[in-house]
Amino acid sequence: MAAEAPRSLATRLGALLRTSTFQLTLFYTGLFSMSAALLAMFFYWSTIGLLVRETDATLKAEITGLAEQYLEHGLERLVQVIVHRIRNDQSGAMLYLFATRDNRPLAGNLMEWPRIESDVDGWVEFTHHRVDGRDVPARARVYLLGDGLHLLVGRNIEQLRQLKQVFNRALLLGVGLIFVLATGGGLLMSSRLLKRVGAMTEATGDIIAGQLDRRLEIRGSGDEFDELASRVNIMLDRLQALLATVRHVSDNIAHDLRTPLTRLRNRIELAARGAPASLRDELEASVDDADHLLTTFAALLRIARIESGSYDAEVEVLEVGTLVNDANELYLGFAQDKQLMLQAEIDGHALVRGDRNLLFQAITNLLDNAIKHSPPGGMVKVEVHSENGEVVIAVRDGGPGIPQDERGRVTQRFTRLDQSRSLPGSGLGLSLVKAVAEMHKGSLSFSDNGPGLCASLRLPSA
Amino acid sequence: MHLLVVEDDRDTREFIRNGLTQAGHSVDVAADGREGLFAATAQQFDLIVLDRMLPQIDGLTVLRTLRASGSRVPVLLLSAMGEVDQRVAGLRAGADDYLVKPFAFSELEARIEVLVRRTAPEGPTTVLRVGDLELDLMTRGVKRGEASIDLQPREFRLLEYLMRHAGQVVTRTMLLEHVWDYHFDPQTNVIDVHVSRLRAKIDRGFEPQLLHTVRGAGYRLAAEGGADGG
Repeated sequence: MAAEAPRSLATRLGALLRTSTFQLTLFYTGLFSMSAALLAMFFYWSTIGLLVRETDATLKAEITGLAEQYLEHGLERLVQVIVHRIRNDQSGAMLYLFATRDNRPLAGNLMEWPRIESDVDGWVEFTHHRVDGRDVPARARVYLLGDGLHLLVGRNIEQLRQLKQVFNRALLLGVGLIFVLATGGGLLMSSRLLKRVGAMTEATGDIIAGQLDRRLEIRGSGDEFDELASRVNIMLDRLQALLATVRHVSDNIAHDLRTPLTRLRNRIELAARGAPASLRDELEASVDDADHLLTTFAALLRIARIESGSYDAEVEVLEVGTLVNDANELYLGFAQDKQLMLQAEIDGHALVRGDRNLLFQAITNLLDNAIKHSPPGGMVKVEVHSENGEVVIAVRDGGPGIPQDERGRVTQRFTRLDQSRSLPGSGLGLSLVKAVAEMHKGSLSFSDNGPGLCASLRLPSA
Repeated sequence: MHLLVVEDDRDTREFIRNGLTQAGHSVDVAADGREGLFAATAQQFDLIVLDRMLPQIDGLTVLRTLRASGSRVPVLLLSAMGEVDQRVAGLRAGADDYLVKPFAFSELEARIEVLVRRTAPEGPTTVLRVGDLELDLMTRGVKRGEASIDLQPREFRLLEYLMRHAGQVVTRTMLLEHVWDYHFDPQTNVIDVHVSRLRAKIDRGFEPQLLHTVRGAGYRLAAEGGADGG
């Protein structure tokens, strides 16, 4: 059990992942995540991007201004301007450094030339060691003034960095959340869908197996599944009505042909009595043929009467063991002629409430079937036992059995499997057993006897 | 034998009349319940074949009226209404046997023979004899000539039934009903297997053969041979 649980869970998960709903969900999740990312990129560009661009523009304008001061008024003036700028910087974020070729500071609020390539003319980013001991990120532009002098104008971009981090975290969290929610929702939806489709698959399986009166569940939510289920149900109703019509027609044919056929049979019988010996054999063979047809018609009509509920059964409490023993005794000679062992194993005094003759007919039909399909030298065994308030009459043979997918079909009228076409029989025996079983609120089922067939007639205990 | 056939359907009535006449019976007919009841009370019959569904007075009422008036004439009820399940109602109303239409003529004939002979007065017998075959009901012993024959209980009942109706045709359905006590249609002629086993025990090695098969009808146990059912 323990080893099986995870496997079945894995199988179930596998089934879930294979559903079209889940795959669709996955696709939409991807699409949605991607558009969310695009949206975030646009936000980034229009907020943080804007700040970065503005900072750069400010720095560029500042350094250009300072360079002009140097070129027009010389070194002294540049130093003055830088000092003035630093004093007037309200934000305290601006960084200035004017240094000689060997990086000796001439003016500015940086203690030393930062650890960057000094001859770089362009944008640099570095870590600024503040006087209060804090390290902050900085972005700057370097300008070479000629004569080995170089100028750096920068800005503390700590806040920008923090903003970026907040944004990135929010983006990551948002996309992650979207992904988790979408996937979870998809799984939930798929599993609900899978449950409904599973219920439908199970119901249609039962219908295929022969339970033609089974219908798909309609939940009343009016969704497309209800729509589909009601359509399928309507289809089944029509199919069943059609089948009933066919059955009705065949029953009517049997009913209407019985009287003229009997008349024909009787005429031939009387004619045979006065006929010369040469004709007599032929006439008597015709009587046999007619009798065979009449037996088939009678069986067909009996099934129809039982199924339609118009058979007035004589219900009494019966001991199943007695019926089975009587049936075995009746069929023992027939079985022995086929070199078969016929055994009964009766467990206790199983009692049922039912019609004695009909139940006897059902049991002998099962026996008849088992004996006809068993190879010579084999054994046919009838077991009677009680389980869960039911009496089970199991007839086991050593014949070829019935393939799983044919088991629903063999109880339909005139069904004869290919392997049994050569055997005598009308194809009505099991239909009658099923009709009798259902009339007694019981059932007829088939299982593998490995090798052979086990036909189980289940009846409610009395 | 003097028989009365009460049947409203002309074809069936004439067919039964012809068949029974051919078989050597004298047959009166009635076409409805009132006519039938009148005929049945006016004359003495050996047996009445009575249809269940009749105009004027229905068959069951005719039967009940007859029985109420003290008549013990054997009545074979015919019915198109159903199968074995309708039997009980008919038998309860006082019928001696019951046959569902459409029926094989040989079945009707065999049942009539059995009913007519059954009511023939006979003293209490403990030993049944057919030719040199002897069945003792008290000791449950069976002998053919001097040889004693060992029979299974069911074979004994089968032989007893055949011997009680010696010379008459008994159908397979009758054997199922009276020897096995079940009303059903076997898918295979299992009765034939039982009869041939019985035949092997009572006839093999003896002359003449006693147990005859009557084609299209059933079996007949008789000392004087011939397969003719009539």
